[in-house]
Amino acid sequence: MSILLSDISKNFGAFTALNHINLEVPEGELVALLGPSGCGKTTLLRIIAGLEHTDKGRVLINGDDKTDQNVSQRGIGFVFQHYALFRHMTVFENVAFGLRVKPKRDRPSNEIITKKVHALLDLVQLDWLHNRYPDQLSGGQRQRIALARALAVEPSVLLLDEPFGALDASVRKDLRQWLRNLHHELNVTSIFVTHDQEEAMEVASQVVVLNHGQIEQQGSPSDIYDHPANAFVSRFIGQTNVFDLDEHDADWLQTAGLLNPTQEGKIAHVRPHDIIIEKSDANHAAPATLKDWQHLGALIRLELVKNGSNGSTAPVFAEMPNDQFKQLELARGDKINLKIRQAHWFH
Amino acid sequence: MNTVTKPLYKDKIVAQQRALQDPDWVKWSLITIALSFISLFICIPLGLVIVQAFSKGLEAYWSALTQPDTLAAIKLTLLVAVVTVPLNTVFGVAAAWAITRFDFKGKSFLTTLIDLPFSVSPVISGLIFVLLFGAEGWFGEWLMEHDVKIIFAVPGIILATLFITFPFVARQLIPLMQEMGNQEEEAALSLGAGGWKTFWAVTIPNIKWALLYGVLLCNARAMGEFGAVSVVSGHIRGMTNTLPLHVEVSYNDYDVVGAFASASILAALAIVTLILKTALEWKQTNR
Repeated sequence: MSILLSDISKNFGAFTALNHINLEVPEGELVALLGPSGCGKTTLLRIIAGLEHTDKGRVLINGDDKTDQNVSQRGIGFVFQHYALFRHMTVFENVAFGLRVKPKRDRPSNEIITKKVHALLDLVQLDWLHNRYPDQLSGGQRQRIALARALAVEPSVLLLDEPFGALDASVRKDLRQWLRNLHHELNVTSIFVTHDQEEAMEVASQVVVLNHGQIEQQGSPSDIYDHPANAFVSRFIGQTNVFDLDEHDADWLQTAGLLNPTQEGKIAHVRPHDIIIEKSDANHAAPATLKDWQHLGALIRLELVKNGSNGSTAPVFAEMPNDQFKQLELARGDKINLKIRQAHWFH
Repeated sequence: MNTVTKPLYKDKIVAQQRALQDPDWVKWSLITIALSFISLFICIPLGLVIVQAFSKGLEAYWSALTQPDTLAAIKLTLLVAVVTVPLNTVFGVAAAWAITRFDFKGKSFLTTLIDLPFSVSPVISGLIFVLLFGAEGWFGEWLMEHDVKIIFAVPGIILATLFITFPFVARQLIPLMQEMGNQEEEAALSLGAGGWKTFWAVTIPNIKWALLYGVLLCNARAMGEFGAVSVVSGHIRGMTNTLPLHVEVSYNDYDVVGAFASASILAALAIVTLILKTALEWKQTNR
């Protein structure tokens, strides 16, 4: 079901955690709240859940004003970063909890609960663990049980707080894909919080970038990557080379083929893969020197030093496919010609 | 795997242990000192209590225990425990909950205040109540007019014991609940459980062993408290003497068998408490 947040503000003492947040999440979306730590993303999620009160603003789920409703009446599913499984209950009882605490008239019979719990455990592919206790499970298993537990009450929206934050890198990769597929299957409106831009881009259908308690940009992953609304988003999503024209980089950029065509701004952000590399034959006037490179799997990241620039001495990073790099037969200290395909301009 | 790899490392471990160990004479003299200290100050006195209690035979022991004053003392001690332990259990859980789950001004002050009965001499604790409710105290006149007796009566004894024993439960729970955090409770709430249901289904099972441990210590102290109770009781035989007070009164009357027979009950209580305490500690670490 759809979620509508209107004008949400929250202060902790003198600290402004959220500042006039307006956000609409259409039904069935899988939305990532993305931002650096301390940007207010978890607070916003907890406000939607009702685990935290707002100072100002309203929370509407499917058109109903839930702002003053207790968390236990909101009908949401919440998955905690550290799972928060009930440690004294078996996996089965953990998942059954939400059904067992329903008021008598709504509570399903024992047979229905048993059937439903096993179906949910099948869904997360862990039915064989139903008799275990949480401390006998691995992190990834615990997280999947926590998800099954949240789904048991058939929540109208599913909220996940850094769902993969406490897991190993390899488990995290598997679970991301799995969560995406599960969302396709269930189609329940979901919001998850993350500080990992790669995770947000990979899993979510919509990404909301937050910083300092404000929404910087909302859009599909490709929107956000290709058309960053401001310098913060551009820098936060993926790697970016920053050229500040005030720092006398303008001349150097011209040699690299990048002109400032309009008066859009004075700061150019260039993605590493938008820089095309050529080995320079002439030993003079090449704009850059190859300092070092790193293997990133299919890609190679080259670290370049600018020549003849009075501006910043920060290295420039370029990326190219592995085999292309091999063809160029580059060595450390080689002079490099480069061509910048495109840049995003900011003030 | 373990059983296979163990023998390989065994020699190494033994060698390492030997290298890190003190010489034998240090080891044995320390053990001797510790053991003789324990036997001199704990085992011999405890044995003496039992020997003295039975010095005039089983019959004398039994008649000492069944004389009306002793029975009254036992009854009063049980009454005090029955009233104070549940009250302090509820208070302890409430205080631990307030301190670990809410943020409020004066929280650290409250935490310190809970320890007050531990840091004040029990005699002072008793005197506080005399100053409040005694004939010359703040409420003394009002109480006199309304014919309510607190000091030199059972209510005073219960109040003093409540004061003395209230840290036990809270002290056990606060560190545990701090460490656990409240995510499990939040999870229960988000699944639709109400506050009361969450408390019984999630909080209590998680803290039950620590809670029992606190209750046990609280009970041991409630039954054994001497100083504070002595000040407020007035030592009226058969009326306001708890067991510890009864031991003293009997001893001062040269009733050795009576004194030690009562003392043997307290000693037995202590031993049972120790056994249960050990069992609970084991349970807590092996959950």
